[in-house]
Amino acid sequence: MSQIPVFIALQSNDDTRPIIDAIGSDNPQARVSDYPAMVKIDAPGRLVIRRSSVEERLGRAWDVQELHLNLISLSGNIDETDEEFRLYRGDDNR
Amino acid sequence: MQVDIQTNGIRPIRQTFSFIARRLGADKPASRYQEATIDMQPEANFHYRPLWQPEYALYDQRRTAIRMTDWYAFKDPRQYYYGTYTMARARQQEAAEKQLEFVEKRGLLAAVDEGTRALLLEAVVPLRHYEWGANMNNCYITGYGWGAAVTQATMFATMDRLGLAQIISRIGLAIDGGDGSSLAHAKQQWLQAQHWQGVRRLIENLFVTKDWFEVFIGQNLVLDGLLQPLMFRRIEAALNPHTGNALSLATSFINEWIDDTSRWVDATVKTAADESPDNARQLSQWRQLWRDETMLALEPLARHALGAAAEETLAAVVRDFDARSVRLGLSF
Repeated sequence: MSQIPVFIALQSNDDTRPIIDAIGSDNPQARVSDYPAMVKIDAPGRLVIRRSSVEERLGRAWDVQELHLNLISLSGNIDETDEEFRLYRGDDNR
Repeated sequence: MQVDIQTNGIRPIRQTFSFIARRLGADKPASRYQEATIDMQPEANFHYRPLWQPEYALYDQRRTAIRMTDWYAFKDPRQYYYGTYTMARARQQEAAEKQLEFVEKRGLLAAVDEGTRALLLEAVVPLRHYEWGANMNNCYITGYGWGAAVTQATMFATMDRLGLAQIISRIGLAIDGGDGSSLAHAKQQWLQAQHWQGVRRLIENLFVTKDWFEVFIGQNLVLDGLLQPLMFRRIEAALNPHTGNALSLATSFINEWIDDTSRWVDATVKTAADESPDNARQLSQWRQLWRDETMLALEPLARHALGAAAEETLAAVVRDFDARSVRLGLSF
């Protein structure tokens, strides 16, 4: 499994707080760093954002595409489905 | 001249109110729902006891047999506070309005055959009185309940129930072409027709039930949990083809609302039942009491609307309800 880091940076606001919280609990290896008006999440090799985890915290239906409203930047290969948004490196997508 | 653009991180001294931080266990950002809910219940300095009930303070935890160490353990999974609630309902109202307009403009419900029209008038439109009763009962819970986490959501429920009553009235008006005769007829049905008297009796019994949590169980869990699936899933499905699908269009918001609201009812009941075996026992006893009465009350209604299929349909509704009760930690 690749250890090359991936990251995602989101605006820091009311909308993203549940998303960041969900990412933190779904990706124990991830490091969450606060910047002015931004939260950057780094992780070695892979990072996953699950619809179900976000919905649980948000209390309503959440479309994974809503992520893009508050997305600043990311790095890695992307695999996006209705259920999750996955960042990984190269062909290493499980 | 050289301009250096630097970012300067300005950290807020505190992330949230101290009383929220004490409850969350750390000074971390709280959601708007938490900030608009936690510790909103007036708890002290009531000064005078109500003249009409001097054994209790104005707001008093002892008005119910349910005991909680923390009344803010209740959480609305929809996270509704005034802002989110009104925005969500405004959006839904717009969609519901479009659907009702579609039905009204084309006169879909005015054009149904005689038998279907009679059933709509006798089994569906009188539900506006049921919904008004549900509004009253949730008002009672809001007035006498304890803890903003419960009473805020029941207040929203009161408004929801008036909304449902209005939608059902619109169905009546779409049938009679807007002259209101269907509503007058529905009231007579509610007051006199044999098949409504059981449900009416239960609603009126809930009006005089003193324990507000029992009212919650009777109305929001049991009566709604049995009557609404029967009316808006089963009877609706049986009637709908005869209305050219207009009935499904007109009641689609109600169906959405049932799913959404039962999430909140389930969370509330489960939280109370998980708190202690005493609570679970009391809740189970109330559930059983109201469930048995409700089944008796619904039987003539189902028979009137579904005929021979009534028994089987009602059994299926009750089976679903019992399975749901088990998930909530109630025993019977």
